Amino acid sequence: MSAFEAAAEQEREFPDRRHVPERAAGERASKRIIVGYGFWIFLLSDIVMFSAFFATYAVLVDATAGGPSGRELFNLRNVAIETACLLLSSFTCGLASIGARTQRGSWFYGAMAATCILGAAFLFIEVREFAGVVAQGAGPTRSAFLSAFFTLVGCHGLHVTAGLLWLMTMMAQVFAKGYRADILRRVLCFGLFWHTLDIIWVAIFTVVYLMGAGQ
Amino acid sequence: MSDSGQQREPYYADSAPGYEHFDDHEPAEALGSYLVGLGLAALLTVVSFFISGTTLVWGPSIPVALIVLAIAQMGVHLVFFLNITTGPDNVNNILALAFGVLIVLLLLAGSLWIMANLNHNMMPMDQIMQMHH
Repeated sequence: MSAFEAAAEQEREFPDRRHVPERAAGERASKRIIVGYGFWIFLLSDIVMFSAFFATYAVLVDATAGGPSGRELFNLRNVAIETACLLLSSFTCGLASIGARTQRGSWFYGAMAATCILGAAFLFIEVREFAGVVAQGAGPTRSAFLSAFFTLVGCHGLHVTAGLLWLMTMMAQVFAKGYRADILRRVLCFGLFWHTLDIIWVAIFTVVYLMGAGQ
Repeated sequence: MSDSGQQREPYYADSAPGYEHFDDHEPAEALGSYLVGLGLAALLTVVSFFISGTTLVWGPSIPVALIVLAIAQMGVHLVFFLNITTGPDNVNNILALAFGVLIVLLLLAGSLWIMANLNHNMMPMDQIMQMHH
């Protein structure tokens, strides 16, 4: 008896034991699992890209070239509101994914709309903050510190913008095509994307704002 | 073959991030998981904002505390929002995550180390200017 046959035999004997491999060789995982795993790998590569921006920021944070430093520019009350918006939107995004999988329209559309409003509020506050900083003469060209700041936080803002467009696309697709398996896979990927943006924001408000304002 | 596949569906030994098995858990349980995640993340965020402006703790310990709190919150997000767990059906996701964390740590630590070293070894700017005259 080969090792594989032995494993298959064991599987037949203990079908409810979770640590025994349940799938025989050659049997494929479902498409949803493969899609989720592939998108998870993309998200990890996005996190690696952000870590390069974080490293750049950390190296250049003191290179203010006589210009304003983070302590003079950052308003922590705004950052707290932004953080609350994004955290709550991550929660409502989770509610939307439950609504999608249980195919309850009121849950799905309501939670997606709440996610959209919270994400838009976050973007509005961020754009207002950027405009205020630029108006003080502290645009990205002022110092290496400000270049790194706008690159890092602006790249996250662009991701949120793309996420909002994707969110509205998903609402339209579910409305037009219903809870089809392929649409549900896209909703799953959107949820992963949105939660990951919140993880990156945790790093941004800690490293950029809290550590920058407290220096 | 497809028949046995159908029967096996509830026992699939694989799982995707962000997916709860509704065969095992009711939507109410998934909602509970999101609520726990929201509560923990909110608590960690509030502590982070409080600690950054407080004079109650020794000053130099604040950045370390902030980083520890941020890493804890990322863990909360991964477990309760992205549903990346240590279960046997999550091995692929965990391995990918571990590789990602390795690259991120190499990138951050490597950049900071090299740049600090260069700064340390570089001659002060006014001495470089004098050499040109």
